[in-house]
Amino acid sequence: MMFVPGNNPGMIKDAGIYGADSIMFDLEDSVSIAEKDAARFLVYQALRTLDFGAKEIVVRINDLESGLGIRDLEAIVRAGVHIVRLPKTDSAQDVVDCEQEIVRIEREAGIPEGRTGMMAAIESANGVLNAKEIAFSSDRLIGIALGAEDYVTDLKTTRSDGTELLFARCMILNAARAAGIDALDTVFADVNDEAGFLEEVKLIKKLGFDGKSIINPRQIEPLHKAFMPSEADLEKARAIMEAIAEAEARGSGVASLKGKMIDRPVVLRAQRMLALADVDGAGEV
Amino acid sequence: MELVQTGMAGTVESSDIMVTLEPRETGGIAISLSSSVMQQFGKQIEQVIRQTLAELGVSHASVDAVDKGALDCTVRARVYAAAYRAASSEAYDWGAM
Repeated sequence: MMFVPGNNPGMIKDAGIYGADSIMFDLEDSVSIAEKDAARFLVYQALRTLDFGAKEIVVRINDLESGLGIRDLEAIVRAGVHIVRLPKTDSAQDVVDCEQEIVRIEREAGIPEGRTGMMAAIESANGVLNAKEIAFSSDRLIGIALGAEDYVTDLKTTRSDGTELLFARCMILNAARAAGIDALDTVFADVNDEAGFLEEVKLIKKLGFDGKSIINPRQIEPLHKAFMPSEADLEKARAIMEAIAEAEARGSGVASLKGKMIDRPVVLRAQRMLALADVDGAGEV
Repeated sequence: MELVQTGMAGTVESSDIMVTLEPRETGGIAISLSSSVMQQFGKQIEQVIRQTLAELGVSHASVDAVDKGALDCTVRARVYAAAYRAASSEAYDWGAM
């Protein structure tokens, strides 16, 4: 998910060309308070006009308490955004409050109810501790994400090697998995530190995250590469799925590969591997 | 929409347009445009500005626009922002935009 400042027409115009899986136009932290209205108009017009292909289009709104979030929703829900990213989500009620506004606007605008999806960014100790309730708070939620900068400030620490984020990452990941939605990791701000970025990507992939927010197109390729399964992994996954298909054709409920029984978690991992590879077309059997 | 003060929106960065609107009592819409792509798109930009102001119900205004290669959607967005600022209004009618 690539962050794009909502008041920068040049970046908005080019956002679709870099290969990010989803684009997140930001109306929150990257827009100064004096330019909130202008950014809202710009993102609204961009969503109504520009063709971003099959990419998922996300807009990060301002929090509802500020009074700005409602105004953002009025614009972007009507513009047909795919996903509203709610910042600073501390409780399930925050999601419910936002959803109520989305429902109202969808009805007023004659938009099919439920078309607008949601994502909640968790950025505080309170939010992390409420991660499970947040993850289960709405059918519209497609995922929850960690916002690390505010979170470490809340913890009275700073970002370092990731130790300070381990608890939050695990909480968010487990909450997302329990609710059956995506878990998205936070941004890595130093775009010139590629080694540090890759180290962090390796860690979040190992933990089980579905993806990561990025702030620069340069981070897309290394991120995709790191998340792409290796050819050996893909071969194994294909062999597993073939063994399953053969067993089913024989009418057998039990499949094995090289003498090892293939149970359900193995199949699920193989399916996920192939689904990931399908992003690049490499997973087709 | 009634303009009551000067309203400005946009920047002079690449792909943007800086639009300044001044209210006036009569004389229709007077546009002063400079653009890095004047030769090719000057008329189009001016047309988008006029059309957007017409949608907003602005009949009389002086417009100063400095364009740096903005797309039509950016021109519209900046005119909208400048007009609402000039009208000192936040009663946005998103359905009509």
